[in-house]
Amino acid sequence: MLNYIWFGLMAIALIVAIFTGNAGALTKASVDSAKTAVEISLGLAGIMTLWLGIMRVAEQAGLVAMLSRILRPISRLLFPEVPPDHPAIGAMVMSVSANMLGLNNAATPLGIKAMEELQTLNPDKETASNPMVTFMVLNTAGVQFIPTTIIGVLAAAGAQAPTAIIPTTLVATLCGAVAAVTTAKLLQRFFPERRSDVERRRPDGWTAAGPAATVDQPIGDPPVSAQRPTQDDANEVGP
Amino acid sequence: MIREILQAVSLWAIPVLLVGIPLVGLVRGVKVYDVFIEGAKEGFGVAIRIIPFLVGILVAIGMFRASGAMDLLTNALRPLMSRTIFPPELFPLAVLRTLSGSGSLALTTDIIKRYGADSMLSRMAATLYGSSETLFYVLAVYFGAIGVKKTRHAIPSALVGDLVAAIAAAAVCIWMFK
Repeated sequence: MLNYIWFGLMAIALIVAIFTGNAGALTKASVDSAKTAVEISLGLAGIMTLWLGIMRVAEQAGLVAMLSRILRPISRLLFPEVPPDHPAIGAMVMSVSANMLGLNNAATPLGIKAMEELQTLNPDKETASNPMVTFMVLNTAGVQFIPTTIIGVLAAAGAQAPTAIIPTTLVATLCGAVAAVTTAKLLQRFFPERRSDVERRRPDGWTAAGPAATVDQPIGDPPVSAQRPTQDDANEVGP
Repeated sequence: MIREILQAVSLWAIPVLLVGIPLVGLVRGVKVYDVFIEGAKEGFGVAIRIIPFLVGILVAIGMFRASGAMDLLTNALRPLMSRTIFPPELFPLAVLRTLSGSGSLALTTDIIKRYGADSMLSRMAATLYGSSETLFYVLAVYFGAIGVKKTRHAIPSALVGDLVAAIAAAAVCIWMFK
């Protein structure tokens, strides 16, 4: 799906630009966006390092396991595929809690940690598992108690009651979250979890980054993709 | 009252967690600094791993926005939107919210300045902005970090959530502020 959306966005941009003569703007946007993307990623490196370290301490101290035990009823409902004692549950709970409190700096690293834990349970490392999708969808729904950023904008613009939007936002975001998770649960059976064996014979931009550490590696992997390093090969980054 | 408590929590949570978690670790006999370093080692690698995914997504979205395709889409759908309670002025924001965090924040700020900070439209826009996260950013970061390329039903499900959140934002604002 990303293949089509990704290509579609750029193709539409080019077609529109042909009619408006906006080619210069497209070039500038591509250069600027690429730069922004790297800046965002590198900006994440610091807080990522900090929170992954703290998270490991929380794990060793038994805090993550404790949190998972407390929230077992909810996690069993949302993520029936994940064993209730698995560290993924603790990481997901911590990430969602951080999101709700508006602690975005902590929420993203914890969410990535949760994804890494879910990946250990995933039979096909290139395809999202059901709990991964449910968790991602819960994150895009962005449930939070105080939308601090936008309250700040309203206050700066001279609003009489900038906090009037707190209850409306909470209702809207909860509706969105329930709808998103319900849709994910309903749709998951129509999207098979293991498709990579078929897909890998047809290499393209998003699927051909090399074989993942799956048990059933196809023998006739195309040489192009075999030469490329895998995405999850940490050595690629260097010491 | 509840708001004050929540604000205090979001102010104090990080420093308290940064001290509190190692404290519990120490009490339980964990070599906190050693364990911290061991976990923290992975951080830089994860950030680097996200780069290709984020560059891909952000460049496509950046080109789409720069081309003016968004305005065409808005104009095309305007007659359809005018039949619903959803104000057509907010339609570009609803679309942009899923694509770009900074872009939708700029657009919301623009709406608030243009229509007045206490107007119905501004409150709807603010509610809409606050009610969801940027879908494609979250997608690129979370799946990029673990190298997942086939996202299955993630995008359609998240889009349904965003759509419901946008409609709910308009409806709840009409109900509360009229």
